[in-house]
Amino acid sequence: MMNSPNFPILSVITYLPLLGILVICLVDSKRHDLMRWVAFLTAVATFLFSLPLYFMFDANTWQMQFVENLPWISQYGISYHLGVDGISLLLILLTTFLSALAILSTWSAVSESVKGYMVSLLFLETGMLGVFCALDFVLFYVFWEVMLIPMYFIIGIWGGPRRIYAAVKFFIYTMSGSVLMLVAILVLFFTHYQATGIMTFDILTYHRFGLSANMQFWLFLAFFLAFAIKVPMFPFHTWLPDAHVEAPTAGSVILAGVLLKMGTYGFLRFGLPIFPQATVEFIPIILALSVIGIIYGAMVSLVQDDIKKLVAYSSVSHLGYCMLGMFALNLEGVKGSILQMINHGLSTGALFMIVGMLYERRHTRLISEYGGIMKVMPIFAALFLLVAFSSMGVPGLNGFVGELLILIGAFKSSLGYGLAATIGLVLGAVYLLWMYKRVMYGGITKDENKNLKDMSRREYAYLLPIILFIVWIGVYPKPFLDKMDVSVQHLLEVMNRPRSTRADLPMNIGLNSTHAIRDYQQFAADQR
Amino acid sequence: MTTINLSAVYPEIVITCFALMILLLQSFDSRRFKEYYGYVSLAGVIAAMLLVFIEPSSFFAHHVEYSFNEMWVVDNYARFFKLIFLLGTGLTILISMKYLEDEDMQYGEYFVLILFATLGMMIMASAAELITVFLGLELMSLSLYVLAGYTRARMISNESALKYFILGSFATGFLLYGIALIYGSTGTTSIRAIAESMGSYGLHTPGLVMGMALLVVAFGFKAALVPFHMWTPDVYEGAPVPITAFMSAGPKAAAFAAFVRIFMAGFPSLQVEWSGLIWIMAVLTMSIGNIIALVQDNIKRMLAYSSIAHAGYVLVAFLSADELGISAILYYLLTYTFMNIGAFAIITALSGRGEERVNIQDYRGLGYKHPFAAIAMSLFLFSLAGIPPTGGFMGKFYIFSAAVGQGYIGLAVIGVINSVVSVYYYLRVTVAMYMQDASAAAESKMPGLFFSPALVVAVFISAYGVLSLGLFPSAYIAIVKESFLMLH
Repeated sequence: MMNSPNFPILSVITYLPLLGILVICLVDSKRHDLMRWVAFLTAVATFLFSLPLYFMFDANTWQMQFVENLPWISQYGISYHLGVDGISLLLILLTTFLSALAILSTWSAVSESVKGYMVSLLFLETGMLGVFCALDFVLFYVFWEVMLIPMYFIIGIWGGPRRIYAAVKFFIYTMSGSVLMLVAILVLFFTHYQATGIMTFDILTYHRFGLSANMQFWLFLAFFLAFAIKVPMFPFHTWLPDAHVEAPTAGSVILAGVLLKMGTYGFLRFGLPIFPQATVEFIPIILALSVIGIIYGAMVSLVQDDIKKLVAYSSVSHLGYCMLGMFALNLEGVKGSILQMINHGLSTGALFMIVGMLYERRHTRLISEYGGIMKVMPIFAALFLLVAFSSMGVPGLNGFVGELLILIGAFKSSLGYGLAATIGLVLGAVYLLWMYKRVMYGGITKDENKNLKDMSRREYAYLLPIILFIVWIGVYPKPFLDKMDVSVQHLLEVMNRPRSTRADLPMNIGLNSTHAIRDYQQFAADQR
Repeated sequence: MTTINLSAVYPEIVITCFALMILLLQSFDSRRFKEYYGYVSLAGVIAAMLLVFIEPSSFFAHHVEYSFNEMWVVDNYARFFKLIFLLGTGLTILISMKYLEDEDMQYGEYFVLILFATLGMMIMASAAELITVFLGLELMSLSLYVLAGYTRARMISNESALKYFILGSFATGFLLYGIALIYGSTGTTSIRAIAESMGSYGLHTPGLVMGMALLVVAFGFKAALVPFHMWTPDVYEGAPVPITAFMSAGPKAAAFAAFVRIFMAGFPSLQVEWSGLIWIMAVLTMSIGNIIALVQDNIKRMLAYSSIAHAGYVLVAFLSADELGISAILYYLLTYTFMNIGAFAIITALSGRGEERVNIQDYRGLGYKHPFAAIAMSLFLFSLAGIPPTGGFMGKFYIFSAAVGQGYIGLAVIGVINSVVSVYYYLRVTVAMYMQDASAAAESKMPGLFFSPALVVAVFISAYGVLSLGLFPSAYIAIVKESFLMLH
């Protein structure tokens, strides 16, 4: 059944979590374990359903695959258009993978209103998958905003002491960026409509649409703001530490692992191919902000006394690398950037889980409360070190591959930024190792730490799968890089291709333009 | 065309008959029938709704019927608005029944007045002539003045009625004065004839422009647009909760119905004059409504300011004055009816006898005590804030498309920034419901809420409307587009 080309596999993956929500809603709210199992199994099933995407994905073409295209609001050319290419494939797999593990990681940490918590996590998964699958502006925007609601509740209800402040700040900060994107989408739509007479919100159509330089500048600015806040890039990052520190472990894992990637994904899907000229104009600013982010994030991490805050600021630094590689605008850089998105999802997700393990044992995240933990938790110490190495980019682990590619790309495009980014790499090693030393080495200074238990079976169950991929990508990244090769090449070609303001209809009789043509005929009929 | 076509007013006749029937019932035995007034009026509303669809011709036939020497017109535009009013009225009646029982004020007049107010709105939507507009507006307003002061034992309710009455009559004066000036300049009160006389003679007399400006004042007052909004918070706060719900949906939509018809069909050649004015009013209405709502602690007052802001969004669509703009207005007003009355339904359930609990802090811990009520409330609030996948988002999307389509990009940017501002105060309620613990005092004050079946039905209808308008807007947009086409 699943091999049939018409099987709507993307819709199944996207909405499977909703089915889980339905089941959870029917469960008596006192049976916490049952609800946890339902949520976990739903997420696992979603992951299993998403695996065929990887194996059936044809890496030799840049065309969208597993496409579903149905009219949604046909009056204005809005369609329910889903599809996957080499850029989004790995991000979808990362989402389903991390969601399942995140539910497992929060098994015992959340014991109040478990029902709402599990519902929120599953709802969040649907939103995230929708964002990566959507190929229609309105559909994309709906998923993009929907995600805010469950994340807001996750931070606000199950978070730390300043949770309300963090949740509201997260919601409003993120939304204020994206509403301007909405206006930009509408401007884009009407510009296209006036030029061609076709009403369509289909994203791929706009990859071929030529815009004037001035228009590109303003529209890119609006998209930039939305995505830069989500990434978050340097001056727009202030919501991140608050949200991370207050969120429960699963929230932090998802936030760092997947949500931040939406910003970088947005640049790849919208910013670069739709506004190529503006992208080139913005390069100096974006590269500068990325490098500032890399170094600033690392230096702020260095002085944190709260482990979770340290990891949060390290995200600012790591996402700076993603942006740097992407805006180097060459094959190595962009591929490195996508791989680094995955890597950051895995290693930072794992770091947050590790922080969560410590927190569950001691209920504090202050570095000074720990020390000498290695003596009581030797296995934990080894795994922690491995994850830390992965995060700082030690060869043989995943971080190295991504950062190497990004640095090659950066050096190719500009020596100065490449050098500056290398400094960030050193700082990354400094703050992680120093934190590790203070937490794990030395004598045990606090009595409470003497009887800490080493890792439980459940903790192995969610940390080891991540570590498997950390090593796998580090040793043999080819299966992952191969999938994105053609798509990234095509992306760079799209950027350099000359465009016309008229859509070249006969060239693209693919599924994606049929609605547009039908709408156009409808429009012509109305005019008569 | 000196015709009197009674089939064009069947829905209005039905509403009138049912209102009179309730009066009669009451005069026979006011005790015995007190449970039934609500159901009788509900039956009237449903009957009228069906008649709106089929009389004098079907909604989908695109037939425009004139009657009473062209004082009265039935087109899809009028039909759509009548459906919005009747929907709002029906939902209001559903949430009123339990409220009146709690307050021990189950009198027939309440429902009679609601029906007469609805009748006034329907007249406004169908009026093809300015004096008929006035007639409808007065019938609606007079009924509302009484309803605002219905809980007469409460000082605040009396204050509300008195303020509304004095300021409202003043605004009516503006309307009449405006009509007089327009009549003086064009020699007619028929909307179509006004447009024709302006078109053929290129009339641009100062009297006409003055008349138009006075109409803006009058409708601005009825729709609570800044700077004519001062009455709104006090009146909304003092009126009984179901009446506040009613006032924020129906009469506002009715004011827009007449406003849009007169300005689009009557003054198209004056568009240069009024568009600058409306631009400023739209910006002020959105911004002032949202900013003042930020600091309100009383939830009724907060929603009063939020309803001012929502009228501002409607003005944005009004300004674009094309097919997209008008259909966006219709779509938005329909959505607004569902989400706002839905929110007020929950407020009614929670307020309790004498409206003791109407502050945001009274909502603390609601999410745990009454999970379903809290989920419904969150849904309505997220919709009001314009977060997908709700109708509120699609409505705003529609409105801002209309603005951008006409080149009002600056206005669209101001609008979306405003909707971010509004998120803050809507979130405050969800923060209270889910994220703050109820203090011991509040806990003891919050009784086991009694949700009457009628109220639950109202909440379900509203929730269904909000979600279906957000997830499957295509069918609604088709209807809205049909309703626009008949305007000219």
